[in-house]
Amino acid sequence: MNLLSLTAVELGKKIKAGEVTVEEATRAALKAIEVKEEQVHSFVTVDQEGALKRAKEVQKKITEGALTGPLAGVPVAIKDNLCTKGILTTCSSKILYNFIPTYTAEAVLNLEHAGAVILGKTNMDEFAMGSTTETSAYGVTRNPWNTEHVPGGSSGGSCAAVAAEEACYALGTDTGGSIRQPSSFCGVTGLKPTYGTVSRYGLIAYGSSLDQVGPIAKDVTDCATILEAITSYDKKDSTSIERKEADFTSALVDDVRGMKIGIPRDYLGEGLDSEVKEAILAAAKILEEKGAIVEQFDLSLVEYAIPAYYVIAAAEASSNLERFDGVKYGYRTKEYQGLHNMYKKSRSEGFGAEVKRRIMLGSFVLSSGYYDAYYLKALRTKALIKQAFDQAFAKYDILLGPTAPTTAPKLGASLSDPLKMYLGDIYTVSVNLAGLPGISLPCGQDSKGLPIGLQLIGDCFQEKKIIRAAYAYEQSRIYQHSPLADQ
Amino acid sequence: MSKEYETVIGLEVHVELATKTKIFCSCSTAFGSAPNTHTCPVCTGMPGSLPVLNKKVVEYAVAVGLATGCQINQYSKFDRKNYFYPDNPQNYQISQLYLPICHDGGIEIETQAGSKTIGIHEIHMEEDAGKLVHDDWEEVSLVDYNRSGVPLIEIVSEPDMRSAEEVIAYLDKLRMIIQYLGASDCKMQEGSMRADVNLSVRELGSKEFGTRTEMKNIGSFKAIARAIEAERARQIDLLESGEKVVQETRRWNDEQGYSYAMRSKEDAQDYRYFPEPDLVPIEVSDQWLQEIRDRQPELRDQKCRRYVDEFGLPAYDAQILTSAKKLADLFEEAVKLCDKPKKVSNWLMGETMRLLKEHNMDPEDITFSPVNLAKLIVLADAGTINGTVAKEVFEQIFAKDIDPEQYVEEKGLKTVNDEDALRETIVQIIEDNPKSVEDYHNGKEKAIGFLVGQTMKAMKGKANPGMVNQILKELL
Repeated sequence: MNLLSLTAVELGKKIKAGEVTVEEATRAALKAIEVKEEQVHSFVTVDQEGALKRAKEVQKKITEGALTGPLAGVPVAIKDNLCTKGILTTCSSKILYNFIPTYTAEAVLNLEHAGAVILGKTNMDEFAMGSTTETSAYGVTRNPWNTEHVPGGSSGGSCAAVAAEEACYALGTDTGGSIRQPSSFCGVTGLKPTYGTVSRYGLIAYGSSLDQVGPIAKDVTDCATILEAITSYDKKDSTSIERKEADFTSALVDDVRGMKIGIPRDYLGEGLDSEVKEAILAAAKILEEKGAIVEQFDLSLVEYAIPAYYVIAAAEASSNLERFDGVKYGYRTKEYQGLHNMYKKSRSEGFGAEVKRRIMLGSFVLSSGYYDAYYLKALRTKALIKQAFDQAFAKYDILLGPTAPTTAPKLGASLSDPLKMYLGDIYTVSVNLAGLPGISLPCGQDSKGLPIGLQLIGDCFQEKKIIRAAYAYEQSRIYQHSPLADQ
Repeated sequence: MSKEYETVIGLEVHVELATKTKIFCSCSTAFGSAPNTHTCPVCTGMPGSLPVLNKKVVEYAVAVGLATGCQINQYSKFDRKNYFYPDNPQNYQISQLYLPICHDGGIEIETQAGSKTIGIHEIHMEEDAGKLVHDDWEEVSLVDYNRSGVPLIEIVSEPDMRSAEEVIAYLDKLRMIIQYLGASDCKMQEGSMRADVNLSVRELGSKEFGTRTEMKNIGSFKAIARAIEAERARQIDLLESGEKVVQETRRWNDEQGYSYAMRSKEDAQDYRYFPEPDLVPIEVSDQWLQEIRDRQPELRDQKCRRYVDEFGLPAYDAQILTSAKKLADLFEEAVKLCDKPKKVSNWLMGETMRLLKEHNMDPEDITFSPVNLAKLIVLADAGTINGTVAKEVFEQIFAKDIDPEQYVEEKGLKTVNDEDALRETIVQIIEDNPKSVEDYHNGKEKAIGFLVGQTMKAMKGKANPGMVNQILKELL
């Protein structure tokens, strides 16, 4: 039996029942990583020794009855922008090539309390800036469905690790679609929670007002279970929110009768691949057949989401990334004359092209004389986009649409035209701007055999509605394992 | 030189708040510890760390705002000020630009020309930076982040001051208010109060402001006065010789007595301020504001009035006693313990002031406790020790905060009230000083003073002076 072909919850059950030990599960994952990494390269760091040591500790606790949760003993992969005490954390950047945090991110700590075994740190676009995982300083990650294609990004390593079945599940982060879009490209399920649901403490910030940590797994049940484990009110994060109803697994019900689902007409227009469109409408049809009320409507302002997002995210990033200066930790250039030259050379050599592009963009929009025209205007746009969603949710329980306009592009096809790459985020970024929860789950494949993702969007704090609809839809199809998973 | 010039001065005063922990983390703010021992991921700018606002900082800032007649922004925000420097671990400082906590206030100052109001433009909260230590031998610089994240308020005045005298009066008043609030100890030497001086000159009567310069972090009131005089003269010289004042930041070298340019406006940094996304807006509810208002301590002017009304002190004494919070606190504590306000006042106004002056100390530097002062007063009042001994004991209290009861006991300083012993000594003194005795009998009243002195000397100062007088007169 291939233990990694199980969902996290299924594996957790077997471990609990004593059919599989934590060490067996961990060794199986490490073996899969050993075999598949050459083809997929999902990981920046694999912590074999730590994982095996941890597996023994967790097993002991399970045997003693101290750990009884559904994820106890299940191996997990963590995106490399989440701090892990004692384990290299690079954000896939040269500038953090040697950075070993002294503390663990709150979301990861919560998983550890649930009995997770950390396998290692997954590859990503450098500092989560990108949509393909090609901007990593440690090499590209490949799509387990077709290694000629990108896995999406920025949580491409996490999604590829799950799709390639190197890990049962993973944590990702989503600032403008970085969980949902690679989940779509890799044929897995990824959920971006309402802003403030999962603590950002220990998440190395890209766009602080947009970043959220979330689960990536094979199915909706796993995602709801993992989300339940990582949700916490954290006093160390001032933007953390105390969630009243965080029993997300209670929404795993195959019943959408009477649920009102809106499809933004703007999400089906120009630029959307016809095969993707077909799959999305077919998915909507299934939900309708199950009793949901589905209709199309005009969301408005959709074309302003991309510019507003790139202004706000870049502005925050330009400031968030100032601390990487070669003074305290990370990369410092070998030779320099004086402080200024040290800063300049360390940062020039330490950051990749996409990161530099966004730092320059962000610095520009915050410069005196441009602040009002760009940054303030973007903030106002953000507020208007939130209003547009508020109006939509006055009418609909959830919104439905594609996660991305296309399936995974070929390696190298996106980076040459960054603007085009940015436009690929059109259906995901407004969710972050409005702080909403969103989920992407597989809904078929295109003619090239690449997965298509269905996106469901909920109002703030309404994760349960999208989980319910996603779960109901999921019952209509069978999980498709990627070709790499079967190796 | 025919033109007359007016100096226009505005101040930016940074005050380190007296919180136990830092503004955005729970590290200690204690001064003088080993480098980087009061640090954590937050105040060293480690990746992934997040700031959490210390409520006490808001309370102190609001308290200072209320005491300086400011409007309080009940909805206020933090902003990031971006600039690269190694003492600034994140390379941005969390400060307030767009919605500072307090604005539009002012305080009254007294100068020789009378009283005047100096406007306060705003008060905002921010974090302090770390400290760079330069090692000239190794040609390296090291950073100590103990001070990084210590809470500051910056009090920005309107350009309302016209002379060094007004500036000093303003700073003095500000310091007094903040000390009374307990919001800071305001020690310039230790850097818990620092002032940047913005100065320009213009022809008297002109409505337009001249071009200003800024002098940063001047170390003492005296240095500020000297820097102002020098900068005024420098700018007038420039204008008189037909040159222009350049808008720039200058550093004042107090030892050399001149300032030099650090950076001009052309290469001024663009701080790219924007709202701090890691912190939520600060909302000061009506209730919270009222609580802070209710907790406001008595400030100097009120205290001064009360000392006159309640303790019957002369207005002058009340002024002196309230001129430093330390003195006022000592006074009130000691009065509580011994219930002798006039006596306590005398010790503070007299001996304490004399010793402070002698040792070149400020009232803030006083280390003795009100308990020991009160005990001394009780001892002296009961006649257990005489006045001379009391002064001697007080010097010990002032220097080492000794317990006067114990000290008097150990050193055997109690007044001798034993009449037989005194009589015996005085008989001997009369015998040894026939000349003085004769003088006394010839009507020289002063002679008795000499004989008292001789007796006291023989008794090592411990004799009860009243009894000595009485016995002397009797025997003579």
